[in-house]
Amino acid sequence: MNIVIIKYNAGNIESVSNALLRLGVSAQITGDHEKIKAADKVIFPGVGEASTTMAYLRKEGLDVLIPQLKQPVLGICLGLQLMCTHSEEGDTPCLGIFEEKVRRFVPDPGMEFVTKVPHMGWNTITKLKSAIFDPSLENQYVYFVHSYYATVGEHTAALGDYINPFSAALHRDNFYATQFHPEKSGTVGSKILENFLRI
Amino acid sequence: MLAKRIIPCLDIKDGQTVKGINFLNIKSVGDPVELGAMYAEQGADELVFLDITATHEGRKTFVELVKRIARELNIPFTVGGGISELKDAEALLSAGADKISINSSAVRNPKFIDELALNFGTQFVVVAIDAKNCGGRWTVTVNGGRILTDKELFSWAKEAESRGAGEILFTSMDHDGTKAGFANNELAQMADMLKIPIIASGGAGNMDHFVDVFTTGKADAGLAASIFHYKEIAIPDLKNYLRSKNIPIRL
Repeated sequence: MNIVIIKYNAGNIESVSNALLRLGVSAQITGDHEKIKAADKVIFPGVGEASTTMAYLRKEGLDVLIPQLKQPVLGICLGLQLMCTHSEEGDTPCLGIFEEKVRRFVPDPGMEFVTKVPHMGWNTITKLKSAIFDPSLENQYVYFVHSYYATVGEHTAALGDYINPFSAALHRDNFYATQFHPEKSGTVGSKILENFLRI
Repeated sequence: MLAKRIIPCLDIKDGQTVKGINFLNIKSVGDPVELGAMYAEQGADELVFLDITATHEGRKTFVELVKRIARELNIPFTVGGGISELKDAEALLSAGADKISINSSAVRNPKFIDELALNFGTQFVVVAIDAKNCGGRWTVTVNGGRILTDKELFSWAKEAESRGAGEILFTSMDHDGTKAGFANNELAQMADMLKIPIIASGGAGNMDHFVDVFTTGKADAGLAASIFHYKEIAIPDLKNYLRSKNIPIRL
């Protein structure tokens, strides 16, 4: 299987590559359009800031390429946010694959345990839909690190809850995305990556 | 609900895991990669690898070891020890570390926190603070507790947060190695002041100490070393116990 991880100016790309290696799959890390188009599966990871990352994607023409991909695509963390229509982070127009909007968490000092931003650590996912999940993963813990979240909408494929409900995963056609980091989410995360590889 | 985190800390010297009693009389307790993977399997939520001799001997950190750890581990991990320049941090991040922890270098050059946060994001930056109570004033120490600084614990923690620390890892040198419980009063005071997560370190001796640190101490994460390395407390037992006490825990 030919797996491509899109290379761009974002962190955590090696982590995804390592997670795939633990599943016995070697991925190419590349920003080359032809190689991305030829892949069986594409992973769009990322940790970083929305506006500078979108500027880079536009410069490389990846903003046009990614929404046109036909094979299964998995966005992770910032990848998920950039696949939405708009992010509050730097007031950034994004790729528009998902209609959900990206907003910043507003700390709620009235709530015990949930007042800190970023949302960092292990939290549960519920109401799972889409092929990257299976019933055994309902209500399991996965690892999150984020200050911005995608709203809940028609493409929500998993619900997260921190300060307010948000999209822990999104799905539309061949596009899948997780706000959490499957590559850092222990055996639960490995299962999700395996499910993606099996689509 | 966001789970409270249990974090085994692996102190590294010459590529081997060690744990000192009050940072002295270091004993070797194994291979870091092997030990880390075992903890991940047992349910550790995160791991911290500290190159404890790095600052003292002016040694740079252990990029090759970090690469091996990153290949093996499927949970987040933080590395620290001897990070004093952006290029040190960059090398560790590209080796696969999720976060870096800085201590003495931040005390010496507080602007380093700003630079790291600006370049890599606040979520990458853990500011570790070792402090001890000197006649009622909680004083920040460096070089493994050997040197007292002019900084005061709470104002330094606040400054670190405002400069861009994503988390504070607070070790009470008065509690470290005693196994008599965490510095819960100071931790709670810090939690009320800060908006970033606090990792409590120093003093874990039994499972109730973790209950206390997550309730009285208001900590987001509890870190310990020897009780895990010497198998005095098994992580699955600890996590089951915490959950039985209604503390949100990932099982």
